[in-house]
Amino acid sequence: MNREITNTKDNKAAFGSMLKKIVRMNLFIPIACLAAVFVFNAFTNPDFFSIVYKVNSNGDGLLAGNLISVLNNASELVILAIGMTFITSASRGQDISVGACIAIAGAVILAVVADNMAYYQESGIRLIPVVLLGCLVAMAFGAFNGTLVAVFNVQPMIATLILFTAGRPISSWITGGLSPRVNVPALNAVGNVIPGMPIPTPIFFAVGCMLIAFLALKFTNIGLYTQTVGINEKSAKLIGLNPKMIKFITFVIMGVCVGIAAFLKVSRVGSIQYNYIAKDIEMDAILAVALGGNALSGGKFSLAGSIIGAYTIQALTTTLLANSVPSDALPAYKAVVIIILVAIQAPVVKEFARRNWSAFRRRREPSGKVVS
Amino acid sequence: MQDTTVLSMRGICKAFPGVRALQDVDFTLRKGEIHALMGENGAGKSTLIKVLTGVYAKDAGEIFMDEIDKPISIKSPQEALNIGISTVYQEITLCPNLTVAENMFIGRSKDFFISWSARNKRTKEILENLGIPASPRQQLSNCSIAVQQMVAIARAVDMECKILILDEPTSSLDENEVQKLFRLMRDLKARGVGILFVTHFLDQVYEVCDRITVLRNGELVGAYEIKDLPKVDLVSKIMGKELDVLANIEKTHVQESLDREDKPPVVQVENLSSVSGIQPFDFSTTQGEVTGFSGLLGSGRSECVRAIFGADRITGGKIKVKGKSVKIRKPKDAMKLGMGYLPEDRKNDGIVADLSVRENIILALQIMKGFFRPFSRSQAEAFADEYIKLLNIKTASSNVPIGSLSGGNQQKVILARWLLTHPDYLILDEPTRGIDVGTKSEIQKLVLKLASEGMSITFISSEIEEMLRTCSRLIVMRDRKVVGELKDDEMTQGRIMQTIAGGAAKNE
Repeated sequence: MNREITNTKDNKAAFGSMLKKIVRMNLFIPIACLAAVFVFNAFTNPDFFSIVYKVNSNGDGLLAGNLISVLNNASELVILAIGMTFITSASRGQDISVGACIAIAGAVILAVVADNMAYYQESGIRLIPVVLLGCLVAMAFGAFNGTLVAVFNVQPMIATLILFTAGRPISSWITGGLSPRVNVPALNAVGNVIPGMPIPTPIFFAVGCMLIAFLALKFTNIGLYTQTVGINEKSAKLIGLNPKMIKFITFVIMGVCVGIAAFLKVSRVGSIQYNYIAKDIEMDAILAVALGGNALSGGKFSLAGSIIGAYTIQALTTTLLANSVPSDALPAYKAVVIIILVAIQAPVVKEFARRNWSAFRRRREPSGKVVS
Repeated sequence: MQDTTVLSMRGICKAFPGVRALQDVDFTLRKGEIHALMGENGAGKSTLIKVLTGVYAKDAGEIFMDEIDKPISIKSPQEALNIGISTVYQEITLCPNLTVAENMFIGRSKDFFISWSARNKRTKEILENLGIPASPRQQLSNCSIAVQQMVAIARAVDMECKILILDEPTSSLDENEVQKLFRLMRDLKARGVGILFVTHFLDQVYEVCDRITVLRNGELVGAYEIKDLPKVDLVSKIMGKELDVLANIEKTHVQESLDREDKPPVVQVENLSSVSGIQPFDFSTTQGEVTGFSGLLGSGRSECVRAIFGADRITGGKIKVKGKSVKIRKPKDAMKLGMGYLPEDRKNDGIVADLSVRENIILALQIMKGFFRPFSRSQAEAFADEYIKLLNIKTASSNVPIGSLSGGNQQKVILARWLLTHPDYLILDEPTRGIDVGTKSEIQKLVLKLASEGMSITFISSEIEEMLRTCSRLIVMRDRKVVGELKDDEMTQGRIMQTIAGGAAKNE
């Protein structure tokens, strides 16, 4: 009798420690948040998970369904979350000019294409220099932000407030205040699907960026350097790092991300509305970093966490739309859910949960002791 | 009048986890005196002040004021202010972008409506009264640091403080400004304010103070009238050895320095000066030599080595490494020339707290190796494990954040970081501060072993015995100036202290 009890106790303890290990995992909470959104769907709308093969009006087959649309629509956000993670880590602040910079880079790309549409309609390859130009412009604006932050020691949020304010007017100035509309097959293929490929193209771009980011983390010291600078700048200086340079570089990397995201954004519709394109996306990107379990005060980061965070935000948006929340009311609903998701990550709440959990265990303990 | 006690603290004890910061410390401050509180780092000066100003709660002991027999309790800095204890810190804690008058009155009134013209007028009176060259409407940040200090003091005076605590007010002032500050202090003294003056500058203590209280390792060494205590005695009290005893102490370790004379110096500097404000100094070291910079805290020991390593911007002088003239603009230049520097402030300048022990160990070598050539995980782990074993670092694994280790083990990790780069010249600035005795002797042994293997090492420590045990040559500093160099037989505690205190060294 006694033996059995100790056995089950041991098992329980083993299970408990395993559970503890999982809970302590860095990515536990981001994954749990994403899972929570999915579980909610499993109960309210099982159709959410169905993926169907459809043939569209052009005669191309493609996969459709809420999950695909989550993956597709999250693409820009995922790419930006990567850049935002590096900036947060090294400069202990965030870039809020992202949406405005997308408007600028997008305007540049569209203006160039609209200027000579027939030339670009012939061959998709000709778009490559245009994309590079868009990236270059975005990198230049990133360098502007980076200079303010790294050299002039301006707080990142204040430094990027300048382009946050000025970016969309600049975009409007580039397009002459118009919304140029282009109809280029290659652009359409980038923003939607490549004929014959059943998966939306933006997903490939997102996966590509993720791949590059993870390869960079593996084959360069970008992760180690940004984290070192973000955790202890004085220390970093004394072991031969140049904190200014590293902060600057993170902003330039963000420029690349912005350029690619802008390309995807304008490709989706073949047009640009400078006041609405990528509106508030910087906030979602920051939120993705936070949902990924990363401290917005910089230092140690998990890129995987940020990416999961980005998908969580998109999954949430899609879920709300699927549950016929009117799109005007969407941000309000989103806010409520985000309060909950952020609150459960707060150290105060974690501490509270831990204390209550151990109190709960203690209350159960005595009954066990009585038997033995 | 002269002998009225304004403050007395009896049997103050304060412990932090793992450290007994204050043990049974008594302190008495008289009305109208300037009283120096002295001691090396970790002696308990700041803890005592923080107990007095209500930042820390004392574990035991009593505080009396104004010769009243009832002990008072001070629970917060605000309460301390209310009973007349004001503090002016080394770092100005006023608001630089407000005016002088605003700074004088900020946080002192609960009234909703205030008359700024009246306040400006009052401020003007106070400033004139104390002879402070500032105008009430001037923005504080436009004043010099000294004037800012004085405004902070004036604010304290206007709050009718009976006790004024000045925590290292002179460390960022030049000689002229110091004199102005002293004039103000003497003025206040004449008005009957008891001033508690914390400083590391010996000359200043003898210039302006009446009495001295010395603390060491959290214990009271004693309180002395300044005229009864010659400088040399003060130095020995601070460092913890009676002079007559010292003279007889035999050196435990004398290194052969004869055969080194003909070897070319590994590092040689001439007239080096940096932005930190040290006097230009010369220094050289040969292969396998352990040199030391000795002096009290704030004497410029760290600033010298920081200049050599390029941690402070160099403003003049020459550096030669192995006979070749070199330019060191930043620490990385020095690292490439085979130098390593373990900084004095482990927590703020050394560790990267959230990173793992492994990452902290490989950092310096990794940075030298280059951005595009990261060590593989297995290589990094091999390095980390090698040095964890070599230095006997106590950690659960190389994967835990360095911040979770004890101070001594953190220090060993930083040491490992530099040993991994295999430097020719390693600078250790207070490597043994705040760590346990066992680890201390381990580090000392390691230093001697490394030197015997051919590494040149500069070792800085506040503990003079440690310096004697490890160094074969000592550069002695006082008030940001090199004042002497001691080697072989000259290296005795007495001699070092005499040189630090000044005077005796000239008689050679």
